[in-house]
Amino acid sequence: MLTCKQFLQELDEYLEKSLDPAEYAELQKHVSECPNCFVVCDTTEKTLRVFKGMDCKPVPDDIRSRLMDAVEKKMREKCGPKEPPSATTA
Amino acid sequence: MAKQITQNDDDAEDVLQETFLKAYTHLDDFQGNSKFYTWVVRIAVNEALMKLRKRRSDRTVPLDDPIDTGEDEVVREIAVWDQNPEDTYSREELGTILDEAVQSLKPAYRTVFILRDIEELSIEETAETLNLSISAVKSRLLRARLQLREKLTRLFKNKGDDAFAYL
Repeated sequence: MLTCKQFLQELDEYLEKSLDPAEYAELQKHVSECPNCFVVCDTTEKTLRVFKGMDCKPVPDDIRSRLMDAVEKKMREKCGPKEPPSATTA
Repeated sequence: MAKQITQNDDDAEDVLQETFLKAYTHLDDFQGNSKFYTWVVRIAVNEALMKLRKRRSDRTVPLDDPIDTGEDEVVREIAVWDQNPEDTYSREELGTILDEAVQSLKPAYRTVFILRDIEELSIEETAETLNLSISAVKSRLLRARLQLREKLTRLFKNKGDDAFAYL
């Protein structure tokens, strides 16, 4: 008989369904019979869902601009000054 | 991610810049054994952790100190949540709530959570990036998830249900 503590120690694997079928079934049985573990499992799953559903914050324009300046400066250092395009053509 | 780990705007900007520059200058070192995204994330995490260590070196526990191994997970709040708790708040409010919840975690837990659950690195990639064992990552991840669940329960619990509503 699985205890709540043992269930908690396997919670991540249970949520990720990365257990073999027999272990998974044992944990599932515990969740179905233990109201507290059911709530902990359900709310942990929802916790992960709300975090995964969040949008990435865009990099603010001023930071993006400073970043691009720094990268361009580094590229110039590495590749040498870029020759200006020739005004005359053959 | 840089902001979440360092918790500081200036440090996060430095991390961003260093990450791009290092990725650019070490592009030849990328061997294609992992996804390019994962490779860049690893550079960013290392930069962010260096910032954090530098800032905290004289006053708190280093990030790689041994910590609890999950033997004493504490679950205090057993309350049912709404079916879609994210709908209770606007996107902006929810963003602030989640940011604050993550920032309240100890750095050792926060970093593992960010890599595994936000950046979606595998357990193995998270362990390799942080130079931790797989069991240490699993243990910290469990504690991070349970602590976040605990913090969010205070906001997301179904107001109509008492604790132990299922009993």
